[in-house]
Amino acid sequence: MLINVPETVVADALRGMAAAHPELTVDVENRVVVRRDAPVAGKTALVSGGGSGHEPLHAGFVGPGMLSAACAGEVFTSPVPDQMVRAAVAVDSGAGVLFVVKNYTGDVLNFEMAAELADEEGVRVAQVLVNDDVAVTDSLFTAGRRGTGATLFVEKIAGAAAEEGAPLDRVTEVARQVNESSRSFGVALSSVTTPAKGSPTFDLPAGELELGVGIHGEPGRERRPMMTSREIADFTVDAVLEDLRPRGPVIALVNGMGATPLLELYGFNAEVQRVLSERGVVVARTLVGNYVTSLDMAGCSVTLCQVDEELVRLWDAPVETPALRWGR
Amino acid sequence: MLDADFFHRWMTRTAASVDREAAHLTELDSAIGDADHGSNLQRGFTAVSAALDKEPPQTPGAVLMLAGRQLISTVGGASGPLYGTLLRRTGKELGDAPTVTVEELARALGAGVAAVAQLGGAQAGDKTMLDALLPAAEALGTSFEAARDAARAGALATVPMQARKGRASYLGERSIGHQDPGATSAALLIAALAATDGATGGDA
Repeated sequence: MLINVPETVVADALRGMAAAHPELTVDVENRVVVRRDAPVAGKTALVSGGGSGHEPLHAGFVGPGMLSAACAGEVFTSPVPDQMVRAAVAVDSGAGVLFVVKNYTGDVLNFEMAAELADEEGVRVAQVLVNDDVAVTDSLFTAGRRGTGATLFVEKIAGAAAEEGAPLDRVTEVARQVNESSRSFGVALSSVTTPAKGSPTFDLPAGELELGVGIHGEPGRERRPMMTSREIADFTVDAVLEDLRPRGPVIALVNGMGATPLLELYGFNAEVQRVLSERGVVVARTLVGNYVTSLDMAGCSVTLCQVDEELVRLWDAPVETPALRWGR
Repeated sequence: MLDADFFHRWMTRTAASVDREAAHLTELDSAIGDADHGSNLQRGFTAVSAALDKEPPQTPGAVLMLAGRQLISTVGGASGPLYGTLLRRTGKELGDAPTVTVEELARALGAGVAAVAQLGGAQAGDKTMLDALLPAAEALGTSFEAARDAARAGALATVPMQARKGRASYLGERSIGHQDPGATSAALLIAALAATDGATGGDA
């Protein structure tokens, strides 16, 4: 691994990010990344955050048109409430703050505590919970569906609404609509190696793949012998469609988990587009790349978001962040 | 009677124990979680020790409140809020008395454990830290040793359970056969309490 010691990987990465992106304010000590012009007068702010190791999520999406600030936790560990409150206070213009929270027990608990503390500081806070992963059965017997690829959709589309001047309740409503319209499914071809452990989290022999993985190296729901890109596309897209059942066009995210080359991701996207076409699903927009990653895991995920004209318009709206940038 | 110094030593002893067992906790976590429980708690209790040494609080309640606040501020994940709530709520229940009895501690710990259950929405048998804490809090009414043994037995009893809360719940039946890391660390906390009681003088 390209690191010094496990204890400083997050701080080291933030120092490097600060050097590469002078348009962001990076508080390395408190691990909060803020767009430099915050607070923007009259604008609803969006704050997200989560464990590190999913880059460019979330700090890579800080900037005009998307997040106002992001908090970086330890690797695969949610940030602490102090960071979130600091971020909320830094970006609040008085118009309020939306917390974008991925559905993991740690993220949920820490953001809840932060919302209470921020309220005591006089910051109006709303929350949206992202839970798009159909690989997890949402029932009383699990912590509920994980938040994965749809986080990017929520942050981009609700971020665009906020940039246009939508008030907190409207931004929150858009964020919820995007989450409810999105589903994901992920596949791993190799395990994650966390800096702290230094060896693969789970043992996945070459020639096998794990279906239904999350983004923390937690094993998936099923293991099978290696499949072709075509077969994986059939399986993942059908798993998403079975749950989403879109009645209109979709935005598709074909996401790499960190260690899969774009050559393979684009090839996989060709298969994803084929399946969608065969199933009669119209694709309004497509994004391919490593956006919601899991350290050095090889693999991919597919996220589909059913959209109307308004959501497509917000998707197309200008965005200027380290990892997502168009229209300006 | 237990004074602030006793609680300070309990926390210091827990920190040492978490240090020693960090690799084991992380190993357990890699089987059904994401391989960081040991390092996260280690970071948290190191901060707890440092904060308590810097400005030793004067009452048992204040020791636990400060320790809980440190955990919330440094651990992250689910463990930070859950362990933080456990200690903060237990400390709050103890109030500002300069010394407390074992019975009072048992009652306060019971309230702390109930707060953890409410925060995490979990109950006995979900394969979480509660499976060690619930029996421990109850046994503390008898003795420190009984609490230690109940916590250990509770942690071991999580092996055949299927996880219903936290990240391990995503594994469904594949979570069966692994000891829960949270229940294991909770047993360390209670074992440190019993060891503190058994220790004499200023042993930390």
